[in-house]
Amino acid sequence: MLLIRCPYCEAERPEVEFAYAGEAHIARPADPSVLSDDEWRDFLFIRTNPRGRHFERWRHMHGCGRFFNAVRDTVTDKFSMTYKAGAPRPSDEEIALASSAADSAASVKDARP
Amino acid sequence: MSNFRIAGKGRVNRSRQLRFTFDGVDYNGFEGDTLASALLANGVHLVGRSFKYHRPRGILTAGSEEPNALVGSNRGNGRFEPNTRATVLEVFEGLKTESQNRWPSLTRDIGAVNDALYMLFSAGFYYKTFMWPKSFWDKVYEPVIRNAAGLGKAPTAPDPDTYASRFAHCDVLVVGGGAAGLAAALEAGRSGASVILCDEQSELGGSLLSEPSAEINGQLAWDWLEDTNAALAAMPNVTVLPRTTAIGYYHQNFVGLCQRLTDHLRIVPDGAPRERMWKVRAKQVVLAQGAIEKPLVFAGNDRPGVMLAGAARTYLNRYGVKVGNRVVAVTSHDSAWHAAFDLAKAGVEVAAIVDVRGTVPTQLVAAADALRIRTLIGWTVTGTKGRLRVSSVRVNPVGAGGKVGGAETIACDALLMSGGWTPSIHLFSHTQGSLTWNEDGQMFLPGRGKEECRLAGAGKGRFSLKAAFEDGAAAGAAAAADAGSGAGFGAEPASYHVEGELSFTGVTGRELPTDLDPGHAKAFVDFQNDVMAKDIRLAVREGFKSIEHIKRYTTNGMATDQGKTSNINGLAVASDALKRPIPAVGLTTFRPPYTPTSFGTFAGYNKGALFEVTRKTPIDGWAEENGAVFEPVSLWRRAWYFPQVGEDMHAAVARECKAVRSSLGIFDASTLGKIEIVGPDAAEFMNRMYTNAWTKLAPGRCRYGLLLGEDGFIRDDGVIGRLAQDRFHVTTTTGGAARVLGMMEDYIQTEWPDLKVWLTSTTEQWSVIALQGPNARKLIEPFVEGIDLSEGAFPHMAVATGKICGVPTRLFRVSFTGELGFEINVPARYGRAVWEKLFEAGQRFGITPYGTETMHVLRAEKGYIIVGQDTDGTLTPDDAGLSWAVGKTKPDFVGKRSLSRPDMLAANRKQLVGLLTSDPKTVLEEGAQIVLDPNQPVPMDMVGHVTSSYWSAELGRSIAFAVIQGGRSLQGKTVHVPMPDKVHSATIAGMVFVDPENKRLSA
Repeated sequence: MLLIRCPYCEAERPEVEFAYAGEAHIARPADPSVLSDDEWRDFLFIRTNPRGRHFERWRHMHGCGRFFNAVRDTVTDKFSMTYKAGAPRPSDEEIALASSAADSAASVKDARP
Repeated sequence: MSNFRIAGKGRVNRSRQLRFTFDGVDYNGFEGDTLASALLANGVHLVGRSFKYHRPRGILTAGSEEPNALVGSNRGNGRFEPNTRATVLEVFEGLKTESQNRWPSLTRDIGAVNDALYMLFSAGFYYKTFMWPKSFWDKVYEPVIRNAAGLGKAPTAPDPDTYASRFAHCDVLVVGGGAAGLAAALEAGRSGASVILCDEQSELGGSLLSEPSAEINGQLAWDWLEDTNAALAAMPNVTVLPRTTAIGYYHQNFVGLCQRLTDHLRIVPDGAPRERMWKVRAKQVVLAQGAIEKPLVFAGNDRPGVMLAGAARTYLNRYGVKVGNRVVAVTSHDSAWHAAFDLAKAGVEVAAIVDVRGTVPTQLVAAADALRIRTLIGWTVTGTKGRLRVSSVRVNPVGAGGKVGGAETIACDALLMSGGWTPSIHLFSHTQGSLTWNEDGQMFLPGRGKEECRLAGAGKGRFSLKAAFEDGAAAGAAAAADAGSGAGFGAEPASYHVEGELSFTGVTGRELPTDLDPGHAKAFVDFQNDVMAKDIRLAVREGFKSIEHIKRYTTNGMATDQGKTSNINGLAVASDALKRPIPAVGLTTFRPPYTPTSFGTFAGYNKGALFEVTRKTPIDGWAEENGAVFEPVSLWRRAWYFPQVGEDMHAAVARECKAVRSSLGIFDASTLGKIEIVGPDAAEFMNRMYTNAWTKLAPGRCRYGLLLGEDGFIRDDGVIGRLAQDRFHVTTTTGGAARVLGMMEDYIQTEWPDLKVWLTSTTEQWSVIALQGPNARKLIEPFVEGIDLSEGAFPHMAVATGKICGVPTRLFRVSFTGELGFEINVPARYGRAVWEKLFEAGQRFGITPYGTETMHVLRAEKGYIIVGQDTDGTLTPDDAGLSWAVGKTKPDFVGKRSLSRPDMLAANRKQLVGLLTSDPKTVLEEGAQIVLDPNQPVPMDMVGHVTSSYWSAELGRSIAFAVIQGGRSLQGKTVHVPMPDKVHSATIAGMVFVDPENKRLSA
């Protein structure tokens, strides 16, 4: 069971509190009526499905209830970082920084409340 | 009965004798025995029949890796478990056990005919033999083969035991309590770290339990062990869990431990759980799982009496049991020599040590000479004899160039074998850690890890005791430091001085050389699944190249022991056959659980009433007291119908329907999902979510709302009341409430965060009492305060707040029956009181409680759909005949753009229509398929299916809804419903069967 950091609660919580919510950074078009059928199809159904780094949405369903974004590796299942909904897609540098900070934090932080 | 117990040897408690049975025969054992050690002490080797060939099988090992000795264990009071490994089953007074997979008896087993017919059952036999005639496979071959093959029989009675589970956190989890694990736990414990140490056996010690003469820091092994146990027990930060198997290692150092609590007890304390699943999140893990001995692969290596040399040594030193009176050891590794020496010193005749190596350490040969044991260096084993127990072994010298010389037969009643040792890397492998091939030791060792984890001791290829201790100590200290708790200690890890180390060299090979035809050699690799070396070679000849394919085709390593004793031997044979080195062939993947684990442990507390919650309304108790029959609706239980004496469901529902249509019915609608939508932008939010237009809906009025997904398909519906300019009372379907709220939250939080609107689930805040029927107003008028109920002031689809029976209410004038009706929302705690008051007052109208079945019939008579029954996630509003509910002039709403995609406008889409059977008495089956031409050949062209179907007492005939391709343009046409009994015909009709003018709504 994964531990996931909720960026709103600012705490790691077990996976059972969360619900997966699909790929991140797919904004609903402001005016869908101007989209062609193909463009609307792409918005509805076409996803990147990468092997490796994936930007995705999660909801802290049985916690604060907030939707947020995460960067997770689909091969190792490792979360590099999580960030609030609406924040821009993080850069490579930001992801590298966040995951190394998380690694060092994990080894000194007391998991017990 | 023969006694193989040796005085002065072993750790079993000789003062506590226990009686148990095996196959109905009484035996004696001692406290501390396993079933295997106790049977061997009584001279019993034959304990089972093999999976495929029904070959007699004995006890191969002394641990959880046992592939052969599987028994049914009966612990009394309905506690029966099949396939218990005799090598881990602790004996207690009164234990009853039995052998498996044999008929009529273990010694005379009919199924053993398979052994003679082995050619029929070679690798992949199910793809090749028994293929003709084809029809025989399903009816004859498969049932017979399935019946003959197999393990124990699953119990049919419910499991009487309870199971527990708990979460735990620790700094350092140590898996395995042998030399390395104990040293690691001591070191981590002394540093102050919180430590959990688990071991699958009944006591800590691992190999030390079989090593009484070793000296550790000047103490004999068992004295050192006693002191160490005491030292660990004295540390409050260390939790020691014996009888606890680490079954799986998951992401982020999450490890599942299965603790067996009562299986070893004669009397189980009341309410004591049988097993407990520990879900441990450890900052650091030390894996000290030890190593498992490999069998040698030669013809007849599976006979009862043939066992691993290390196991024989354990039975002698730990349990005080000699495995035979005249033994032979065959080996490619030093360790069998030590077993033979120990047995010889205990007075057992060792007829010979056969070593397949060309040279062996000189001190071994010298020790053998001193004990007058004959040594055959550079010899091979080519066969064994003995029907139910080995009686002799056939050995041959191997000359220059591998030429196998003439055979000699040596009589024996036990044959010890050792093909070297395999480090247990299973848990490390669960973490997707990489493995590296160690050419010197001919073994896979842990490579780069993916988790915060270290390996130590024999599990990492460090086989000497000193190396295991020091490796474990270093791992324990480093783990504690990495967990951030080592600061207080800071000392170097302890060093260990060990006397009495055993030499530990050897080679690993494929099947042993033979002078006989290897194509006929029954040389087993996987004992539990009956896979022989020649099966693996056959698979390679037939073109299988990948070890994963070879595994599945031959089933090598696929039994419940997951190949603990067979994987590396199978790999060695495959590597030889493929002419590729072992690392290039690769290893199959280990998966959890490490050893077979009961379903009960996984289920834990989640059974019976705790398996899934049952949601009940505040009025549920009244329904129960008044004889309701219930049905589950999502997690709710709802009153289905209220039968009176002598009524079946059909009669009860007909009576309830009639009461509503003619006078008055009362219905508990509390399960309806309810969401309060509040804020300055509430109406804008509603406009964007629902298909309907909300801006012009006046406060105090309701509207039917339709919710789509972004794909344009119907997701939910419900009546929505506007209480104020900025406040909506939304109702959803019973099952859709949480989903709808989640969907709305998603849009508010991520797409339209600028909207000032807030959502609150109020499903359980309100009790909802539906009063339906022409006398509904007359009943409630005297109880209502602050609301003018007259038709003009409070018409159909009105909502108002006021009081009823003196308590606050949101009163809705709505109808899901087509009759004049109200839905009375009161705070949940008043629900039952108001219900009882209205029920009492309604007696003069013959008020009738009705359930969900009557609700369904009444709504169907009126053409009202149920989302999820009449729709299935592929219906658009137009498909469902609900175009009127779509706000055409709105610029956008969720799903709007999809409604103009080409496929959504196609003429032949399935549309919801009414259906009237030609025979009015026929009630169609819901889900039945519909065809246009019943005489077409099978498979027929199915144009739709029945979604709802009921008997309408009001109409005196059946009614139905169906989705049919282009259904609305087929009005009046006849369609056909082929069913097993006959083909029914029906006419496509409109969906409103009762009161199409809606006169009753305003009666």
